[in-house]
Amino acid sequence: MFDVDKWQEIFSTISKNKMRTFLTGFSVAWGIFMLIILLGSGKGLENGVNEQFKDDATNSIWVNQGTTSMAYKGLKPGRNIQFTNEDHAILKDMPSVEHAAGRFNIWENTTISYKNQYATYDIIATHPDYAFLEKLQVKTGRYLNELDIKEFRKSVALGEVVERELFKGEPAVDKYIMVAGIPFKVVGVFTDPGGDRDLNRVYIPISTAQRVFNRGNRINQLSLTVSDVTVEQSNQMVESIRREISKRHTVHPDDKRALFIWNTLEQYKKFLSLFASIRIFIWIIGIGTLIAGIVGVSNIMVVVVKERTKEIGVRKALGATPGSVIGLILQESILITAFAGYIGLLGGVGLLEIISPYFAGGESYFKDPEVDLRVALTATGILVLAGTLAGFIPARKASAIKPIEALRDE
Amino acid sequence: MISLKNIHKSYVTGTNSLHVLKGINLEVAEGELVAIMGSSGSGKSTLLNIIGMLDTYDEGDYRLEGQLIRNMSEKRVARFRNSHIGFVFQSFNLISFKNAMENVALPLYYRNIHRKKRNQVAMELLEKMGLSEWAEHMPNELSGGQQQRIAIARALVSRPKVILADEPTGALDSQTSYEVMDLFREINQSGITILIVTHENDIAHMTGRIIRLHDGDIVTDEINGIRRKQPVLQTLTH
Repeated sequence: MFDVDKWQEIFSTISKNKMRTFLTGFSVAWGIFMLIILLGSGKGLENGVNEQFKDDATNSIWVNQGTTSMAYKGLKPGRNIQFTNEDHAILKDMPSVEHAAGRFNIWENTTISYKNQYATYDIIATHPDYAFLEKLQVKTGRYLNELDIKEFRKSVALGEVVERELFKGEPAVDKYIMVAGIPFKVVGVFTDPGGDRDLNRVYIPISTAQRVFNRGNRINQLSLTVSDVTVEQSNQMVESIRREISKRHTVHPDDKRALFIWNTLEQYKKFLSLFASIRIFIWIIGIGTLIAGIVGVSNIMVVVVKERTKEIGVRKALGATPGSVIGLILQESILITAFAGYIGLLGGVGLLEIISPYFAGGESYFKDPEVDLRVALTATGILVLAGTLAGFIPARKASAIKPIEALRDE
Repeated sequence: MISLKNIHKSYVTGTNSLHVLKGINLEVAEGELVAIMGSSGSGKSTLLNIIGMLDTYDEGDYRLEGQLIRNMSEKRVARFRNSHIGFVFQSFNLISFKNAMENVALPLYYRNIHRKKRNQVAMELLEKMGLSEWAEHMPNELSGGQQQRIAIARALVSRPKVILADEPTGALDSQTSYEVMDLFREINQSGITILIVTHENDIAHMTGRIIRLHDGDIVTDEINGIRRKQPVLQTLTH
């Protein structure tokens, strides 16, 4: 195997038959290249969708108000549903509920200022539990707490971006800012995996906001997270939430338009199973591409042996043993497949690296296309191995060539 | 040197069996220059294959230098062939992507001789044969006569006891043919046994012995023009 002479013999054969070598190599390189691109794209799609789910808890249920579409107990359809604190209390007391929060946005005046810095941001009034739903992480200070709610404190938690833009590097905690013209004390700064959109926000206690902005006990959106449950259990919860809230608002239990309920867990699990299928699909295509590559190698090796029949006949007449003929063909095939496989690997990974930055950030469902190097190397290894096996049959055939027949001129 | 006793060979294709050699008896002594003649299908190529250990036989005894050639592994046969037999072909069969010197050195590769050493040996032989100026040329840059001389050098490089030539002048004009035959005679005079398959009478008559085959039998065997053996199937030769 490590006979220098043999390698020299093989290299001189390869260098003098460039076209043939290129064609063999190309089918292999292409197979690996396509597999890497496929695997990478699959991963990119998966990463992209995971990214979309990253900003909110994956075990959350969101309840939005709608308009009734069915007459019920003497009430006409077309009624707008309005949540109140009581709905929040009901949800909070339901079994398996971990965190429950109500929310509404302040639309009237979204100006926030600190000293002479003015800007507009989303102002959201919520319960402290909302931090778990948005997966907020406190950077400095604290998030809103139950005391803020109970005592109607004018506390505000700032998104990272808000702090950076208004305070220009100064620490914001314990400073006062004007929220819609009313002074609020900054209790903390947070980050959100959802990115900039979710960081251009400030959160204020819902009780304070109801009082200051004259909302009574109204809430516009309800959200909750459930403890470790299966998809079926969370779907059952969605049903019981619908039942409870519908009952309270005198809505027909089958009126789907009065309440819009989004079950993230169910959607998430749906995506997970979608990815499982995509992955299987990609592997089927990938393996198909590999097989095509292997068949290509085998095909070309058959042609090579045919093309070299005379030469092999001469070699045998000059004293080449069958083993050395097999070795010659096989080693050439292994060398070409291994080298071409490596080129394909390099090309595929390289292309993924090049396109990756173009998909970074943004709202696209494609992010960080990447490929597990172990998988890629295994695939290359398998292809080389299969290429060897594919080369073995023609090589055996070559070793059985009868010199005089091969050298006949007819 | 070469001893064939009652050699039979049949090729079986499907249900048909073609009896190609029908009991060949032949003795070739060391240092002989022999021509084997016969029309196509007479079995002369098959005979050459068997002598060259490129094909097996069904029946009989074939001894090369007293060594019985039968049931040998392919690997041993290859070794034996490499050390005992040199081949020369009608269409030269130089390897197209190797230059003249590398072609000549190839048999030594199969004897596990190091590259430098074998190229040196090949070069020396080419010089001795007056072919050194073509050493770096590729086969397609050489004339037929030059190619055949390179091919003969290749057959000689491993210092074989026997050279088997299958129609070595078949692709050459008569002038070149005679030059090649002169070369064979010169080599023969150095003590190497040479068997030449040919269908050209003038070429055959430049050898010391002419064996004629017909339908798998030796019909005549003349040494220096003297018929040594009566044809078995004389009636068929007319």
